[in-house]
Parts: sequence; C-alpha cells; structure tokens
Amino acid sequence: MATIRETAAAVPQFKVDELEGPPLTLRQLTWRRFRRHKMAMFGTVMLALLFVYSFGGALVFSEADANAVETAARLQPPSREHPFGTDTIGRDVLARTIYGGQISLIIGLTAMLVELVIGVLVGAAAGFYGGKLDAMLMRFTEAAFVIPQIFLLIVMSKFFGSSMPNISVLGRNFSGSVVVVILIIGVTSWMYLARIVRAEFISLKEREFVLAARATGTPARQIIFGHILPNSIAPIIVSATLAVAAAILAESYISFLGMGVQPPTATWGNMLEGAMNYIEEAWWFWFFPGVLIVLTVLSINFLGDGLRDALDPRSRAV
Amino acid sequence: MDRPTLLEVNDLKTRFHTAEGTIYAVNGISYILKEGETLAVVGESGCGKSVSVQSLLGLIPIPPGEIASGSAVYQDRDLLKMAEPELEKVRGKEIAMIFQDPMTSLNPVLTIGKQITESLEKHMKMNHDEAVRRAVELLEWVGLPDPARRLGDYPHQFSGGMRQRVMIAMALACGPTILIADEPTTALDVTIQAQIVELVKRLRQEVGMAMIWITHDLGVVAGLADRVIVMYAGFIVEEADVESLYEDPRHPYTLALLAALPRVDRRRHQRLMSIPGAPPNLLVAPHGCPFAPRCERVIERCQAENPSLEAVAPRHRIACWVDVQTGGPR
Repeated sequence: MATIRETAAAVPQFKVDELEGPPLTLRQLTWRRFRRHKMAMFGTVMLALLFVYSFGGALVFSEADANAVETAARLQPPSREHPFGTDTIGRDVLARTIYGGQISLIIGLTAMLVELVIGVLVGAAAGFYGGKLDAMLMRFTEAAFVIPQIFLLIVMSKFFGSSMPNISVLGRNFSGSVVVVILIIGVTSWMYLARIVRAEFISLKEREFVLAARATGTPARQIIFGHILPNSIAPIIVSATLAVAAAILAESYISFLGMGVQPPTATWGNMLEGAMNYIEEAWWFWFFPGVLIVLTVLSINFLGDGLRDALDPRSRAV
Repeated sequence: MDRPTLLEVNDLKTRFHTAEGTIYAVNGISYILKEGETLAVVGESGCGKSVSVQSLLGLIPIPPGEIASGSAVYQDRDLLKMAEPELEKVRGKEIAMIFQDPMTSLNPVLTIGKQITESLEKHMKMNHDEAVRRAVELLEWVGLPDPARRLGDYPHQFSGGMRQRVMIAMALACGPTILIADEPTTALDVTIQAQIVELVKRLRQEVGMAMIWITHDLGVVAGLADRVIVMYAGFIVEEADVESLYEDPRHPYTLALLAALPRVDRRRHQRLMSIPGAPPNLLVAPHGCPFAPRCERVIERCQAENPSLEAVAPRHRIACWVDVQTGGPR
C-alpha cells in the first residue's frame, strides 16, 4: 500500500509559472479548442489540399488542356498519359476536374458572400429596428422559405442561363451561366442566415453596452455594424461555412441536370452529367468528380462543426 | 452659490406602454442643474431614477416608452424635442454618461482603445493617431497603469474597478459639460467604490463639469453632492442642499432612508431600521401620496391628494402634507 508520501510524490510538480501562464486571448482559446477537434482539423487540411489541387493544378495544366478535344483518345481508362482517364470526346478528366474544381469552389464562396450580404442586412435591420419593419422583413423571409430552392434554381437558370454572354475574369473565360448560378444560389438561400442574425440582434440590442454606445452618441449604423455585428460573428461564420458546402452541392445538382453552368466550362456537377450514360463502361469518368464533391462538402461541414464548437464560449472543451 | 443654470427640467413624465398596462415610471419631475454643481438623485430601485435621466438623452426605447410631457432645456435647446441626429451630437460630447455595471457596459469584442477612440473620432473630428494619443492621456488621467500597452486589450482582461475607470475615461473623452453617472459604484466592492468616488471628485474639479449622480447610497452622496433630490415612485419627494438634507430632513421618506443608514456612532447590536412594505405598483396611475401606505406619519389628506413640491425653507422643497417635527398638518 502506498503511503501518503509516495502518493504525493507521484503527483506531478508544477512551478507557479507553468500553472499560471499569461492569460490566453479569446483568439488563442478558440484556436486551441479548434485544434483539438480532430475532424475539423482533417476538414481544414483536406480543404487546403483541394484548393491547392484546383488552383495550383492550373499552373500545370492550362485551360486549353482541359478543353482540348482528342476524339481518337475517347473514353480511355486512367493511364500514364491521362491519370484520371478521358471523357467521351477525349478531354483529359484530370485537367477538367482541376478547372471544374475552381468553378465549384468559386461558386461556393461567392454564392456564400451573396447570401451573407442579403442575410445579414435583412436580419440586422429586422432585429435592430423591430416593429413593423421586422414584421415585414420576416414575412418576406418566410415567403422566400416556402419556395422550393431546387425548383427555383432550375426555372431561373433555364430562364436566364442561356442568354448570358461569356465573361472573362483574371484571364479566364467563364460561361456567363456561372454568374447566374451564383446569384440564384445566393438569392435562394439567405433565409436561415437572416433568421440567425435577427435572433442575435434581438438579444444583443438589449445589452448594456449598446445603451452605453448610444449614450456616447454613436449613430445607429455604427451600432449595428460596429458594435452588435462583431458580437454575433460566431454563428454567422459557422453558417457561412456550411453555406459554402450547400452552394457547391446546389451547383452540382443543377449542373447535373444540365441547367447550371454550361459546357465547355467544366464543373464537377456537369462532368457527372456527362458521365451519366457511361456509369458501367467508364467508372473513372464519374468517380473522380464525384469523390471531389464528396470530399469538399464533407471537409467544409467538418470545418463548420469545428468552428461551431470552437467559437461557442459555453463549450466545455478546453 | 449662485451659478448660472445649465439644465432645467420641467414636469418630465415618462410612461411605458406594456402588455400588462401602462407603467408610470416618472411622474412630472422638475429640477435645475447649475454649472459645476453636483446633483445627487437618490431613491430605491425602480423609483424612476435611471429612467428620468435616460429620458433626457432619448435613451429609452420608444415604443414602448413615451415621454408624456415635459421639457429639458439645455443651452436654450429642449433636449426632449431634438431630432435623433442632433441629439447624437449632444450625447457623449456635451452630456456624457457612465453606467452601473462596467462588466456589461463595455463591448466585449472590441478593444478598449477602439471604444475610446470611436467617440473622439466622431465628436472631436480627430484622425486616428490623434485619437489614440488622446486615449492614452485619458487613461493615464483616470489612473490606469501602463495605458499605451493596454489600449489593445479587451474588457475581460480588466478588473471591475479598472473597467469603470475606462468607462469614465470614455465619458470624459470629449470634455462634457454634464456627466450623468447612473449608479457607477453599485456593482463595485466597497474599497473600489471609494477609489472611484475619489477619482470622480478629482476629475470633476479638473474639468469643472456639472454632474448628476444617481445612487441609492446616501453615504456616497454626503461626500460628493451639492444638492440632493430624493425620488419615490417617479416623484420628487424632497429636494435640498446636501447639508440641510442630512441635518434637517423634512420628508418622512427621507427620514426613513436616513434611519436605515448604518452609522459608526450607533450602539452596537442595534438593528438597522428598515421601511416596512414595498414600493407602490407603478402599473396603477398615481393617486394620493405614493408613500402614504408605508408612511408612519400618514394623515387623512395623504390618501386623497398627492402633495406637490413646495418650499419649506430657502432652497429646500418637499412634497408632503405633514410637518415631521410636530406630526400635524403643515
């Protein structure tokens, strides 16, 4: 049996300094919680790799490679020359997943931005001003909720998609349908965010520091964006992250249905559409874009989960 | 002590229209604040102290709030009739405010440097560098150690007393002519309270501003105020210079409050006095003297008529039907 002395000796000895280091800032605490979330770290690393793949890959393959037709080499299985095989008209699947990835990620990010702007403005105005404005904006939000997003996406992209001229940004030539898809996804998915922001504002505007800010003569606009919004940033970041995943999926849906981004601009979604008739003969044709969509959406969702836990000050995990 | 009038509040009435009915929060109060004078407003929780000053600066939410009547003339302008943009220029610049709880009245996600420089940039039209320099001076002035380094710190990295010093620095940033302090020491422990009171006294002298000091601590008032207003249920029941209030209180409520104060010269083991009953329900429109149900000296007339504020001595007004010295009607 261990004596008290022995037991005490087994307890690790800390110097005062080790126990009471400098206090961690909010940011450090958040980072520490995030780092311990294994799935979130996996998601972050994977996402970083996907970005490197899509944007770094463009340094190896030019866009012309991705769109080069080589009918003699159609539907070839993965080989040294075409590591991911070729599609029905002999385009290199690897190069196309790289350029398609760019489009998918850009659509995801920019659609999220559109969603963020609309959602935050509507939610902040409704929550801060309350009363009639709140009632009007929230009825409008509910009305927007009622319309099925996919249905709207299909109709609107059918309606606008074909009439858009091509545009060129950063030396790349995009099908105009990319912009249409971004706007449509943004315009159809801001409602959750608006509700979250409104709820945050309703609770935060009653806080003493808002009264104190008003007492120093701070105008309403500055209180909304400078004082209340920074306090509700955590749930906004989380839902914005998840919105990126949702937007990438939505783009894949409609591109798969042939109504999203128009060829020859590749996206992971319209590559799947092209592969639909060759599921058995040419597995590489759908496998690679499919896996990339799954990986991207999964990593973003993990990242979002990790952020939610890390940014929640009530979270127990240290 | 005849100084020019700085702020004249007349018949201020504030109501809140809620689902349960109308709350009669402030029921026609009038007072004058002179330049450089410190006016203490004392009373129990919920007697309308905070609402009465927040009404002046347009800080009560409308709706459900409503300023039913009154005027507040500050430099020939009526604060109660000012439009919001005009009022924003007065708030923080000419009339500043500090609040009860420094834990919650600083924005937790902004650095204190940001919070101080914001109003400097707005009101004093300073550029960022000037504002930062001024912020450091201000923080040094209110006794915050190592201010330049601490500008980038967040409120949670400060203790309660330090946070209240930061709040005071923010309030004084633009050199206000009136400082409204809404129970600034209530949330602090006693030793810190004393420090903050001393600090405010020093700053008041250096700036030469007038103050409205809201508190329920008559002990703090004695050392700080020039004049005292005692409020009860949204009415002013007594108004006097600080010496005459303590030496010669004339309203039964003030007497009861003073009797409830712990004193060093009282016999040990003697119980503190307390006022029986509870403050009136503000949902009911006032009828008769609001203090009558709890008053030891109540007479018949108190139930029927609410006494108005009348002078009983020079610079000493009370709202009571009774002469507390004789117990009979005045």
